[in-house]
Amino acid sequence: MDEFSVIGKRIPRIDGRVKVTGEAKYAADYELPGMLWCKMLRAPYAHARILNIDASPAQRLSGVKGVLTGKDFNGWRWGWMPKTRDEAPLAEDKVRYLAEAVAAVVAVDEDTAEEAAELIKVEYAELPGVFEPEDAMKEGAPRIHDHLENNLSWEFHMDFGNVEKAFQESHLVREDRFQTGRVITGYLEPPAGVAVWDSSGITLWAAKQSPYFVYRHLASCFDLPLNKVRIIQPFIGGGFGGTKNDSLAGDFCACLFSRMTGKPVKFVYSMEEVLMTCRRRHNMIVHNKMGMRKDGTITAMHSRVIADGGAYTAIGPLTMYLTGCMSTLPYRLPNFRHDAYRVFTNNPIGAAMRGHGVTHTRFAAEIQMEMMAGELGLDPVEVRLGNAVTAPHETINKVTVQSCGLKEGLKTLADTPNWKERDKMRAGKGSTRHGVGLSGTAYLGGARQRGHQSCAAVIRLCEDGSVDYLTGATDCGQGSDTVLVQIIAEELGLRVEDIDIKRVDTALTPCDAGSYGSRVTVLAGEAAQKAALDVKTQLAMFAAQKWEADPEDIVFKNGRVYVKGSSEHAMPFQKLAQIACYSGAGAVIVGKGYSQYGVELLDFDRGVGNSGTSYSFTSQLSEVDVDMETGIVKCTNMIIAHDCGKPLNPINVEAQNQGAAVQGLGQALYEEFKMDRGKTLNSNLIDYKMPLSTDSPQIQVIDVITDDPFGPYGAKEASEGAIVSSPPSIISAIHHATGIWFKEQPVTPEKIVMALKQSNTTS
Amino acid sequence: LRSGKSMESKRIKFVINGQSVEIQVKPWRTLLEMIREDLKLTGTKEGCGHGECGSCTVIMGGKTVNSCLVPALEADGQEIMTIEGLSKGRGLNPIQEAFVERSGMQCGFCTPGMIVSAKALLDRILTPVKRRLGRPWQATFAGARATRKSSNPSEQPQRRCGKRSRVWMSSL
Repeated sequence: MDEFSVIGKRIPRIDGRVKVTGEAKYAADYELPGMLWCKMLRAPYAHARILNIDASPAQRLSGVKGVLTGKDFNGWRWGWMPKTRDEAPLAEDKVRYLAEAVAAVVAVDEDTAEEAAELIKVEYAELPGVFEPEDAMKEGAPRIHDHLENNLSWEFHMDFGNVEKAFQESHLVREDRFQTGRVITGYLEPPAGVAVWDSSGITLWAAKQSPYFVYRHLASCFDLPLNKVRIIQPFIGGGFGGTKNDSLAGDFCACLFSRMTGKPVKFVYSMEEVLMTCRRRHNMIVHNKMGMRKDGTITAMHSRVIADGGAYTAIGPLTMYLTGCMSTLPYRLPNFRHDAYRVFTNNPIGAAMRGHGVTHTRFAAEIQMEMMAGELGLDPVEVRLGNAVTAPHETINKVTVQSCGLKEGLKTLADTPNWKERDKMRAGKGSTRHGVGLSGTAYLGGARQRGHQSCAAVIRLCEDGSVDYLTGATDCGQGSDTVLVQIIAEELGLRVEDIDIKRVDTALTPCDAGSYGSRVTVLAGEAAQKAALDVKTQLAMFAAQKWEADPEDIVFKNGRVYVKGSSEHAMPFQKLAQIACYSGAGAVIVGKGYSQYGVELLDFDRGVGNSGTSYSFTSQLSEVDVDMETGIVKCTNMIIAHDCGKPLNPINVEAQNQGAAVQGLGQALYEEFKMDRGKTLNSNLIDYKMPLSTDSPQIQVIDVITDDPFGPYGAKEASEGAIVSSPPSIISAIHHATGIWFKEQPVTPEKIVMALKQSNTTS
Repeated sequence: LRSGKSMESKRIKFVINGQSVEIQVKPWRTLLEMIREDLKLTGTKEGCGHGECGSCTVIMGGKTVNSCLVPALEADGQEIMTIEGLSKGRGLNPIQEAFVERSGMQCGFCTPGMIVSAKALLDRILTPVKRRLGRPWQATFAGARATRKSSNPSEQPQRRCGKRSRVWMSSL
């Protein structure tokens, strides 16, 4: 008999029904009586000093109820670290990127607010801007923040072993310059919120994947105790990091407007505002140097990373940390040096996105490793298998791996006919060539940031045996609500439908750091499991009392409670709930639990220690058809062998892998912001090309099962691995088809045609 | 100008989800704004606002339209169906059931648009071949972005609806 009743089963999502009927309410679906609308005025320059703002023409327009400018926030700034608080709700002295918010209007309806915003007169003195990170680092470049001479937003260095000596002793050393593109997270729900500030404080219904960031920001900005800030979560239309992990001009302005007017205030960003102003993935230049022995063993690596940080710091320091700390996985690396620079420019802000930091440097290292394997005449699978780590493993920077399914994943893929027959298939049809590529990557799960890392659960038992579950963890679409409920159902011997998960509400749910770094299933899952065990322990006491049994012998299974090995001492769970809740004057059965994985602090300055509690391993095979005349690439097939420990819900694991792989496909082939002196030229989803359903290939997901000690039931992350593995496998497949290595994402048809022409000329 | 009172609004009549509606609309208002803000049917979403993402898809006159691009005035005399019109009471349309059973959604923001597109397609073609399924969903990024899963449930409704189409079509 299966050890589990609910865990590991293909249980449909618990939010399925409300999402297919249109009942699920997202932030923009909320409205309250008497509600006003807030709109932003955005700067027409990428870099300019604000000389004067005249709001009177806007204030005179009928229906306008108020105007805010930067000064109304009393110099308050926010940022990820105390020393990087450099962003204001509205630009105060100068604007540092195009379309930065400089003023806000509140009015009776959206049209009036929009019209009024355009009536505000702002006098600017335009300043010379700088738009490429390498230019911004040069001496004499325009200064974006007055206190910083070289526009260096953040730097991070790691140095382990003896890189120079290892390079000298290597059979082959290679240096290449790689680049990743300027891409957006790609949620379809633009940020929105409805704010009410009354005598009980602020209440905000907002699209946030990590609402507790905003909770703290609002308390700090308006000097309120935390119990006067209430963020209530609607359903979230995707997050993927960055913007929805942070606060926005709209959040601060809507709250302040509500206090000024005594009315609820709503804002909804347009997709154009999203694409022009919201946080995007850092685009990075990676100068990578790798050493290899004759047999393909990697001896050393030195990465020099330059990231376009845009105008403000945001979460950038963590991004830079992640570019390096994960470079020592998934291949053994005895000598490693990393120099990462995040540079301010007058572009929109670079921040976190799915595959945070890791996707850039892993892409560079994966491709370079294959290039070197090619030069040495070695098989790319053999080189990977020869270098791959096996568990248990401690890297040179003390990242500890307790479970690892990389070799099994790679072998599984190398054993497919798709891989074995790849050279036979290469000819393709007509002008197309078929290519097959592989990658093997790692990603952290249960991420911890530097400080606060709480993740807790509260479970309240109702007298009829139904269960209320409170968590601060947000399901922004990944399906974590379903997995967390499965965990509680499993522990209490109930069905998922017996558990009701409440929407995150900072007034009621326990504090949670947020949905990022693949931390929810691992950390909130552990908390849920512990809270359920707490309830079980309390209930077992009542059962043991009734049956004069040992509480340890009470079993909860399939909706029943019984004494182990006894058929007469049994009752429905519901009955026991009733006995417990009705005992005395009414016992309160509340279970509590919090995560204790990964409590050790890492050394953020030197890059030593675990940035996650556990590590997932993704092996990916991608197939492409490349048209050698037009350069058009069609990805035809993907197979992902993913080690997420034990899959708690295999449907969700598949969906997460497929979604991440398609997002990675977009970055490898299609997606790129076209910029002109700080202006995003393709700020709409017609010209910014995300993959459509017709662009996505068949994607098979194979679960490589391992058992990690630091995850509930042995589970690890399953949402970010495949966005790291996707681009290198696709680019390797393009190489197989064309014979050309592309080192800059996205690999557009134009780049392919140009490269093919060049290679024809040289040969 | 948009808030100006000079441009006159017009009274229009149409049927939405089986109910007759008569409403005064401003000439610049989109069908999407009217559906969401005047009729409070918020199941239809605004994503890109450019007719590209498919989140705002509704059926008008038997065809899917991107309601963010259609002037509300064009609804005059038409028959419209939104996601709210697909199911009655607690019962679900087979397409919705298939989406639920196969977890064919992730964040769910564009799911109403995908389901409405599938409904319009299956109303016209009872057993579409897979090749043609891509097209109505081409405009829905989620087909690619959120999950490939959504292409799996399509196999189910196409079979199921092929058999039961009369039943569920007459139930609309």
